[in-house]
Amino acid sequence: MTALWLAITVWLAAWALNVRLAGSGIAQTRLGRILVPLIFGVTVLVLWEGLVRGLNVAPVILPAPSAIAAKIATSLPVLWQDFAQTILKGAIPGFLIGAGAAFLTAIAVDRSPFLQRGLLPIGNFVAALPIVGLAPILVMWFGFDWQSKAAVVVVMVFFPLLVNIVAGLQASDRMQRDLMATWGASYWQSLLKLRLPAAMPFVFNGLKIASTLALIGAIVAEFFGSPVYGMGFRISTEVGRLGLDMVWAEIAVAALAGSVLYGLISLIERWVTFWHPSQRH
Amino acid sequence: MKDTVSQPVIEAKGLNLVFQTADGPVQALKDVNLTINQGDFVSFIGPSGCGKTTFLRCIAALEHPTGGTLIVNGMTPDEARQKRAYGYVFQAAGLYPWRTIAGNIRLPLEIMGFPKAEQDQRIERVLELVELKGFGKKFPWQLSGGMQQRASIARALAFDADILLMDEPFGALDEIVRDRLNEEVLKLWARTGKTIGFVTHSIPEAVYLSTKIVVMSPRPGRITDVIDSPLPKERPLDIRDSREFIEIAHRVREGLRAGHHDD
Repeated sequence: MTALWLAITVWLAAWALNVRLAGSGIAQTRLGRILVPLIFGVTVLVLWEGLVRGLNVAPVILPAPSAIAAKIATSLPVLWQDFAQTILKGAIPGFLIGAGAAFLTAIAVDRSPFLQRGLLPIGNFVAALPIVGLAPILVMWFGFDWQSKAAVVVVMVFFPLLVNIVAGLQASDRMQRDLMATWGASYWQSLLKLRLPAAMPFVFNGLKIASTLALIGAIVAEFFGSPVYGMGFRISTEVGRLGLDMVWAEIAVAALAGSVLYGLISLIERWVTFWHPSQRH
Repeated sequence: MKDTVSQPVIEAKGLNLVFQTADGPVQALKDVNLTINQGDFVSFIGPSGCGKTTFLRCIAALEHPTGGTLIVNGMTPDEARQKRAYGYVFQAAGLYPWRTIAGNIRLPLEIMGFPKAEQDQRIERVLELVELKGFGKKFPWQLSGGMQQRASIARALAFDADILLMDEPFGALDEIVRDRLNEEVLKLWARTGKTIGFVTHSIPEAVYLSTKIVVMSPRPGRITDVIDSPLPKERPLDIRDSREFIEIAHRVREGLRAGHHDD
């Protein structure tokens, strides 16, 4: 029980500290912006640890953070192999291929009113298909290895991106397009110099949504067949063996990978769309 | 072409434009006849819906008349657009936020394929012309509304078209800024000798700037009066208190009122 009381004391103390920090001038500084969420995160871990130990929660229900950390430390080679298989070979290539295809299709749709009316409704239909139905089929088509996972990711990211890019290409206002017309600009000049830059805030919105979809797709697709490694494979088999600490270790890796990918896209976004009101600081 | 001063640059004969809308056809322009000569400063004035902006857009080939003929520089408006015969200034500056002021002015020059060295030279010159020297590296959102509009005028001047079309360019600015920019536009016109088409709904602005004032009225959009201004080319701001100025302003106001009684 002491662990529980200790955890609750730490929690209350950290809470009080954070309230004072957030109210003071430190919160406005660079240090404060990192410190406040950091204290919060550490508090959650301490409370979690204390609750699990103090209440004797079974490891199958919820392992303590220390147990998960120990598991991560002892299974680094396995985690790396799974990460390489699922993220580096499945999610990221799928994401890039899907994004590239969406981009080219968006320009084709933009040029052709027929595609605009015909393809987009079908796109919405395909986007509504559940991944658990699609994944087994794609595994049948492309085999157990990473190719089928990349294919699932392509299908998952393609339509959200397509819809965002097509919307983005309409985002320039009429006056700006009229200006291009008065200068006698060609379709491609107007696309490159006006409509693509104006579309970028939409494109990055799509990319951010797609980055989380890519991770989900690559992991879930492995539930339907994979070689004997990969994050999805590990999660489904370790659940069967009640190795919940390993499942949590994989979740930690997935969360980290997802955050890094998202952060990277946000960073590029800030650089590309510095001019957009949402990015001006 | 340019040796005679009063060469017609824009000629409209029996111009009609009918928009097909959800509520049925709308006659935006009805039987418009107008000749604009080389070096004229022509203002179009009238209440909203009188077709003044539509007429300007027809000259720029942004709208296409459904009847009559319209000749710009001896060509159809579409050909004139392809030949980059005019610069167009809209009500809002419409600068691209991802480009600096200099970058925005460079844009039409890039599209028209001017060599890099000449682009720089031209940007330098027009920035000076609109008194924005030293602001080339700023982004549009870092400047005031008046400065943004000056930059958009610089952009329209950069490629040195003979015709400058301005659609209520100062409509969104306060009166003090507007007065200053009006003076600057006049100076610019005197220095460059361009033909200017200027849409406004301000009577003093129209009278102060123009050599020719075209009064229009709505439903259907048509010309009710064309006034050739007797004011001298040199116009200090206080000319607006002179008797001649007030007389012209009076005639414009009468024209506008007459148009309204017709409904």
